[in-house]
Amino acid sequence: MSVQAGADRASNLVRRSGPSMLIGGGLVLALAFFGLVSVIWTPYPSDAMDVLAKLKPPSSAHWFGTDHFGRDLLSLVMGGAWTSFSVGAAAVAVGLVGGVPLGLIAAWRRGGLLSAAIERSSDLIFAFPAILTAVLVTAVYGPGAGNVIAAVGLFNIAVFARVTRGAAISVAARPFVMAAIAIGRTQTAILLRHILPNIAGALIVQGTVQFAIAVLAEAGLSYLGLGIQPPTPSWGRMLADAQTFMFVSSWQPVFPGLAIMLAVLGLNLLGDGLRDLLDPRGRDRRAGR
Amino acid sequence: MNGVVKLLGVAAIGTGLCLGMTAPPAEANEGKRTDIVMGVTLEPPHLDPTAGAAAAIDEIVYANVFEGLTRINESGQVKAGLAERWVIEDDGLTYRFILREGVTFHDGATLEASDVKFSLERAMAEDSVNAQKALFSAIASVDVVDDRTVIIRLSRKEGQFLWNLGWGDAVIVDPASADTNKTNPVGTGPFKLDTWVRGATLTLTENPAYWGTKPALNKVTFQFIKDPAAQVVALLAGDIDAVANINAPEMVARFQADGRFAVDVGTTEGETILSINHRRAPWNDVRVRRAIQHAIDRNAIIAGAMFGFGTPIGSHFAPHSPAYLDLTEQGLYDPEKAKALLAEAGVKSGTKAVIKLPPPTYARRGGEIIAAQLKAVGIELEIVPVEWGQWLAEVFKAPHDFDFTIVSHTEPLDIGIYARDDYYFGYDNPAFKELMKTVEETSNPAERYALYREAQQMLADEAVNGFLFQLAKIGVRRKEISGLWMNAPVQANDLTKVHWE
Repeated sequence: MSVQAGADRASNLVRRSGPSMLIGGGLVLALAFFGLVSVIWTPYPSDAMDVLAKLKPPSSAHWFGTDHFGRDLLSLVMGGAWTSFSVGAAAVAVGLVGGVPLGLIAAWRRGGLLSAAIERSSDLIFAFPAILTAVLVTAVYGPGAGNVIAAVGLFNIAVFARVTRGAAISVAARPFVMAAIAIGRTQTAILLRHILPNIAGALIVQGTVQFAIAVLAEAGLSYLGLGIQPPTPSWGRMLADAQTFMFVSSWQPVFPGLAIMLAVLGLNLLGDGLRDLLDPRGRDRRAGR
Repeated sequence: MNGVVKLLGVAAIGTGLCLGMTAPPAEANEGKRTDIVMGVTLEPPHLDPTAGAAAAIDEIVYANVFEGLTRINESGQVKAGLAERWVIEDDGLTYRFILREGVTFHDGATLEASDVKFSLERAMAEDSVNAQKALFSAIASVDVVDDRTVIIRLSRKEGQFLWNLGWGDAVIVDPASADTNKTNPVGTGPFKLDTWVRGATLTLTENPAYWGTKPALNKVTFQFIKDPAAQVVALLAGDIDAVANINAPEMVARFQADGRFAVDVGTTEGETILSINHRRAPWNDVRVRRAIQHAIDRNAIIAGAMFGFGTPIGSHFAPHSPAYLDLTEQGLYDPEKAKALLAEAGVKSGTKAVIKLPPPTYARRGGEIIAAQLKAVGIELEIVPVEWGQWLAEVFKAPHDFDFTIVSHTEPLDIGIYARDDYYFGYDNPAFKELMKTVEETSNPAERYALYREAQQMLADEAVNGFLFQLAKIGVRRKEISGLWMNAPVQANDLTKVHWE
């Protein structure tokens, strides 16, 4: 493939993507950028307290104002973006690594005992909402980033196993897979060369949706005190902290609240856009309705 | 069309209901209100003050439902309670109490001297579940002389004996109802239990047969609101009339600026400390503990966590006490000195430790500030928020799984906890125990004060815990209410003098 062809393909992608994809992608990229920057630089260290400068409204020194310990809210929101996105990414990664192989096994060994076991286990996890599972896990094993990732990741494993299985079954019935079986390719080769690439689109779309759920779950758990512990910045905990100061410093809950909203909105829009882009059959089906 | 009419009808009913509900209950009648709704943070586990350590019990029943031989008033003085007067014999060991006449329990039983004997002997018995048995440790015998006279003999001089009898743990109960006081408290106080809706409210009504001056109120409702933000909203909305100690110090300015409310800032007996687990290395090294005290900036904690409400302390003693010794200069904020001490003790920078924080604001917010301050000298704290039940099980009781915790010790004059065997922070110093024993046997106030000062000095020298500040009592009330306690010398919401202007 020439460079020219690659560029054509890229511009083609941009042209084909709808507004939701652009807005969503833009929001997510912007927040991810802030999060990345916060790792090397924030206006102030995010845990630097200056109690004399507490609850200051937004100003040129502190663009978002300061919180009840005199910490810079902009730095905390930036740090919170890193926390949110890294927890979200880790939770999705756990889901992919655990769920995709399970889903492939379930699809390939359809009707077998192993497949049934995988199916029923994911039914069990699906029986409870993600946030409830997460509350349960963190309540039993204690708060902290690792446990939040494990809790949301556990739910994601079930989600990805289910999606992988469904997509893999439909791909497996298509002629090229039949042909591959007929010429005697090994199971592993068929799975890796033919099935996995053809279900990648569905997995990416599901990944963004799960990412949004993970961001929301982290914020929710931290709000309840079950998630990220100080001094690591977290949007959810910032909201909880700001709650009693609402009458005194109304800007304090606004910024973390906006950040959570924009992140979840962006991820959902991005997911919608990606689905339109990567799953054309789905789009046609929706358009034809 | 029909649907629209129906909808309008529903809307009208809805609005009517809303109006009815938001109208302040008081303004309808022309007289003064005779009821009060108090917001309290914690719901008591039960209502028997002689069978539980929870402050929430006394905060409801003390002076309102149950009374003792003596009572402690707002300024911490001992006043006559069920005993009209008393005589102390010259030996200082024999107390003769004369009971009031015509005192009856809520169930109609008459107060007799035998009830006093029963109550005290029950509290000091071997199998007693009283949370403060030490209050009665000096009692040798309780004897009934006649229906209204009791003689209590002590085995040793006890300088604080009359004060001890004023505690909620020393109230007088009736043998017939003693076992059911947990759910159906029967006392001699001006209020009796009306209803207790678990998890929501507890209501007291007036006791028409009360022996003393009848209070101005005839109905008291305690509403349990755990969350400080919700307490604030309930006050602003008029759902509650007063909160004895609001957990949201940042809201004080807001209430002060609001013409409907008044704010009373007083003191409590709560020494707020960073408790250090002496059972674990390296915290058992006095140099490390001194380093911690130097690493802590008390003023930043008071300003940051409590919005300036609180008095710095340098040892475990209340600043408003006459025996107080100001030792705050001894452990002043000095991070360089702290680092030097830690290096001397061989504690490496980056040492990790766990701090468990119970729910109150002072602990959760104070803990975050302390974590930042200790990080600056090289100790990295992992913050673990815990509920009270968890705190009792993990920190207060064995196996004492913690490095640090923050707690306000709200019992009055409780420096003696440092002499207890196997107390949760694990301080074990025979010299201090000896000193406390001497204090107990000394009744001359001047000598006692000198001994208490010596004890404070010893705790500060040993930097037993990180001494932070004396907890303030921030009461918020409707402006028209008067008679609520400004300070909290004992854990109580004494409503007997409360009235509406």
